Amino acid sequence: MRRGDDRWFRIGTGAFAALVLLVVAGIGFELTRQSLLSIEKFGFGFWKGRVWDPVSGDFGALPFIWGTLYSAILALLLSTPIALGIAVFISELSPRALRQPLAYLTELLAAIPSIVYGLWGIFVLVPIIRKLEVMLGAKPALGVGMLSAAVILAIMVVPLTSSVAREILKNVPSTQREAAYALGATRWEAIKVAIGFGRTGIIGAVMLGFGRALGETMAVTMVIGNNPQITASLFKPQYTMAAVIANEFTEAADELYLHALIEIGLLLFIITIAINLLSRLLVRKVTA
Amino acid sequence: MRDPENASMKKLTIIAALLLAVLGCKPNETTTTTTNAATGATIQINGAGATFPYPIYSKWFDEYHTSHPNVQINYQSIGSGGGIKQLSAETVFFGATDGPMNDEQLKNAPAPILHFPTVLGGVVPIYNIPGVTSQLRFSGPTLANIYLGRITKWNDAAIAKENPGVSLPATDIAVVHRSDGSGTTYIFCDFLSKTSPDYKAKVGVNTSVSWPVGVGAKGNEGVTGLVQQTPGAIGYVELIYALQNKIPFAAVQNKSGAFITASLDSVTAAAAGVAMPDDFRVSITDSDAKDAYPIASFTWMLLYQSPKDKERAKILVDFLKWALTDGQKDATALHYAPLPKSVVDKELQAIAKIQL
Repeated sequence: MRRGDDRWFRIGTGAFAALVLLVVAGIGFELTRQSLLSIEKFGFGFWKGRVWDPVSGDFGALPFIWGTLYSAILALLLSTPIALGIAVFISELSPRALRQPLAYLTELLAAIPSIVYGLWGIFVLVPIIRKLEVMLGAKPALGVGMLSAAVILAIMVVPLTSSVAREILKNVPSTQREAAYALGATRWEAIKVAIGFGRTGIIGAVMLGFGRALGETMAVTMVIGNNPQITASLFKPQYTMAAVIANEFTEAADELYLHALIEIGLLLFIITIAINLLSRLLVRKVTA
Repeated sequence: MRDPENASMKKLTIIAALLLAVLGCKPNETTTTTTNAATGATIQINGAGATFPYPIYSKWFDEYHTSHPNVQINYQSIGSGGGIKQLSAETVFFGATDGPMNDEQLKNAPAPILHFPTVLGGVVPIYNIPGVTSQLRFSGPTLANIYLGRITKWNDAAIAKENPGVSLPATDIAVVHRSDGSGTTYIFCDFLSKTSPDYKAKVGVNTSVSWPVGVGAKGNEGVTGLVQQTPGAIGYVELIYALQNKIPFAAVQNKSGAFITASLDSVTAAAAGVAMPDDFRVSITDSDAKDAYPIASFTWMLLYQSPKDKERAKILVDFLKWALTDGQKDATALHYAPLPKSVVDKELQAIAKIQL
């Protein structure tokens, strides 16, 4: 290959990389421009406002921020142990013949459209949760609410986290495990060494799942109950940012209302970036 | 994200391209030659707006295309808000909405816009109370108090008084409403606000409102699903949806005190019982007519008073005249309530205001 080709190759790929930056900056700019009315009227009060009233034109995002973070964190708590368990079993413990089919099946789960998860949620999960609520004496026992949303999110996130974590574990050099065995480690200890070696990537896998949970819209709105309230209750209906945009965008004819909805999108954008930065910092701390 | 229209336009382009490809493969097909033979080129007219009238509009446009093969009217059901926005931005030739444009929206539009009611729809309360099989009856204030969270038990005195002879259980009421912005919510809240001053002050009227209680479900199908699954639930859906899916619904008390079960006739009667303003922007909930069902509304088509494209304007006016007269016969088969004759007559006069 001639030296000139090298240079053009670098410029070409560099341009594509710059495109990513440009798109992110463009999204941020456009979201801000389209929500100016709401930003001017409510300022930072929008972040902590608890009222969402399209009739009187009073908008605040806090219940939606709460619902989004709460459901995503719950989903993360439920899904991470399961996803890591699947990844470890497939890459370390599973009989060779089972490995490919298991990996294939988990990836298949990731390919199911979210509306299908949502329908399954309405017809299977929600009645089960309702029975649980009746047993526990929660009133009124609706079935739809935070717990249903968290469980469905967890199920959607598991295949994503586990397949990335499995790839990471597969790429841990076998010398790591061999060294552990050479030092007299048990199988469990050798696996711990492998996980330790791949921790950066595994945290990345978990954060990828978190990002998915934050932005998931259709399946969540079908089971969360869509009531903007701030409560720690697992059984009460709540609301998420992505869900309110999807629900109210088409019929929002009033300018301020529309701008407030787009500002919710802007907040979601900012929160997603902030969480990604935080996870980078976390990864750096763990690796250091 | 800002332009749902753009996305759908793109889809349309792709579909059109595919169609062309298919037609191109069969050059001997007669369809291509007939359109060309008529007047040369097909005239496309684009509109966008409410989802509620979409089934009847697409039937009308289809029938009109059959009788006028050189005219193709396309309709995107992107929601009333979207329809008003697209028309104001002049990206579509006509709009459609389930709630009339307010004064501010009309003022912000680049030119005067006219409203034309096309058909009527109703909204009905549905419920699921284990052990209760007979039809329930509600007054406006009782429904309002349920949706305000003031009536919380099915055996509440107010409900019992309106339903003598029905043994109501002491179970909690689970309130279900729409989560997506919808003309159905607009009409329901409009009726509750007219019959309950408290509801008007605390909730008000819009396509989405700040609900004091309850859970939100997406679409008529979401509300129905949740109500049918949850013992003790109450919800509201479009009459057309309840009729098509044979879902039992409650009777509602009208202004003259009678409990009316919604039907196409009682919805049409609601429109006859209201003094019709010249711009047709009128709410017909809680109608004065004795046999009217009280939770009813028009759905409107929106047109510029002085359209820039006179050729398309002439075609659309011709279409509108046909839809208001012969076209009304299609309404009942699709469970839409047809317009009363008085409204049709007034509209036929108003059409003359469009400058061709």
